Amino acid sequence: MPVRVQTEDFDLGAEILDLRRDNTGIGAVASFVGLVRDLNHGNTVAEMTLEHYPGMTEKALAEIVEEAKRRWNIIDALVIHRIGPLKPTDQIVLVAVSSAHRGDAFASCEFIMDYLKTRAPFWKKEETEAGAYWVDAREDDETAAQRWAAPSA
Amino acid sequence: MITLLYFARLRETLGLSSEQATLPAGVADVRSLTEWLRQRGGTWPEELAQDKPVRVAVNQDMADPDTTVRDGDEVAFFPPVTGG
Repeated sequence: MPVRVQTEDFDLGAEILDLRRDNTGIGAVASFVGLVRDLNHGNTVAEMTLEHYPGMTEKALAEIVEEAKRRWNIIDALVIHRIGPLKPTDQIVLVAVSSAHRGDAFASCEFIMDYLKTRAPFWKKEETEAGAYWVDAREDDETAAQRWAAPSA
Repeated sequence: MITLLYFARLRETLGLSSEQATLPAGVADVRSLTEWLRQRGGTWPEELAQDKPVRVAVNQDMADPDTTVRDGDEVAFFPPVTGG
């Protein structure tokens, strides 16, 4: 199961061990973990809530992983995204990719994360001392995703 | 019938997370469906205004104004995504 949407936390070490178990062809694993920060636009964030679109989320993430597999020589990939209430320092998202060589793992891990940011239907609502508000999409996330517009591999 | 879904800020401002609607006569794509919803008045015309960054998905795929909408479809309206 390469894509999971869950309220529970995850263990990076255990997930990577599972990803590469018994596969002697894997020479590289690259991973990214996104965390909740305590400051956004100058306001202290006490808590945030992740909402998503059940069904489309899993579909969108699976399509992003499939696209990465078309572009790079990936052996396996895993995406875990948490939903529900989260606090600063909590883990939000994990992307891990295994491949024979590091180049494919590094590039595809970043690609999956950039596409997730702009294409997977998640929304953050932050609770701050100034009140609760929905986080606005960032233009530089879109710019980051557009770097991959033309297949590079 | 079509299923309409609303997420995040749109769900809150419209006060609605989902509804069933009869596909109105003359509505055949995302553009005409959105225009039909704007005619509900209240907060709808403002929240679904053309200059608002509203995203639409049809049957769980990202759509654009020209995407066809048919009877039985699931159409979702939401703000730009902010996960990760």
